[in-house]
Amino acid sequence: MRDVRDALMVARNTDGKLVRRPLSPHLQVHRWPVSMALSILHRASGCALGVGTLLMTWWLVAAAQSEEAFARAQWFMGSILGKLLLFGWTVALMFHLCSGIRHLWMDSGRGFEKADYERSAWVVVGATAVLSVGTWIVALVFG
Amino acid sequence: MVAFNLPVNSRVGLGQTFKAPAGAKNVREFKIYRWNPDDGQNPRTDTYQIDLDACGPMVLDALIKIKNEVDPTLTFRRSCREGICGSCAMNIDGGNTLACLKPIEECSGAVKISPLPHMPVVKDLVPDLSQVYAQYRSVEPWLQADSPAPPDGERLQSKEERAKIDGLWECILCFCCSTSCPSYWWNGDRYLGPAVLLQAYRWIADTRDEATGARLDALEDPFKLYRCHTIMNCTDSCPKGLNPAKAIAEIKKLIVERVA
Repeated sequence: MRDVRDALMVARNTDGKLVRRPLSPHLQVHRWPVSMALSILHRASGCALGVGTLLMTWWLVAAAQSEEAFARAQWFMGSILGKLLLFGWTVALMFHLCSGIRHLWMDSGRGFEKADYERSAWVVVGATAVLSVGTWIVALVFG
Repeated sequence: MVAFNLPVNSRVGLGQTFKAPAGAKNVREFKIYRWNPDDGQNPRTDTYQIDLDACGPMVLDALIKIKNEVDPTLTFRRSCREGICGSCAMNIDGGNTLACLKPIEECSGAVKISPLPHMPVVKDLVPDLSQVYAQYRSVEPWLQADSPAPPDGERLQSKEERAKIDGLWECILCFCCSTSCPSYWWNGDRYLGPAVLLQAYRWIADTRDEATGARLDALEDPFKLYRCHTIMNCTDSCPKGLNPAKAIAEIKKLIVERVA
């Protein structure tokens, strides 16, 4: 579907000649309030979770397939790169969870004052850090 | 359409520098977006060095000083210079606001000024607002009632009823909010944007208006209303301190409540 706004990107100059108008800068100039950063990270973490789920699927499929396949998957998950990916997946999961709860809360019409939505944004950031690191401490101590 | 980069014809180049007069002690740089439809060039950023000791306190004062004393080709909208007409809305120091209400003091370093974001540029700091005005028209922003007005006077409201449109009627339609919203940047062809939705709610919340059902019907659409993802840039940027995101949330709640 074509964007109807395209029609406004053309105009006549002083000589009556058709000219293409520029689009004014947006992301290039606009500052990033914490609430906007959170919204964009919510999407990004959602995409990351999709990719991370592929990793989990491989792990489960390997477990069902054969002992060697599972050993290979286990070896990869235990390598530095594998651990890094798993940690990233944990952060994305915890962030998406906390941010999702914040969205749910705001969808009920609450927390729309500036002080409130900024505080809830930082709570999400803090909770993500605590939950991600906490999960890994538990995993490394009891794993 | 989501496009993070500017189109090739919209990328901003370096422009001229206008030096401060000799002997000026309190100099501040203003980096201003320029585009002229007549010169066939890309937009550029011109730098103006201004002596703040000989300039009023607001960003609009500096713009008027530049136009009067340094460069008469600089083009921008302004009228009331006291935050009630909404003409001088622009992006200053990374945030959308009214130039007349923004103290130069509040800007850090050089004062960067560009038109309202993600809009077609008419010239310099003047964006084309046809799209937002058409969207405003589409929510039918006038009182609609089947019951006739009292023959001997106005449609009266109690103080409590009147209070329901506080925080809504004050909107001056400067469109700082709509043009700060990433959702409006990407989907502004179909998403109505915070300014127009706040105006829509202004009539929904008005107890004298009897078209609430039809108004909610018109808004119940995946794009017109539901592209709001509570990013909150609208509320952050409103120079009148209003809360468009809250108004949008109230519309969503009314739609849920009438189904329930």
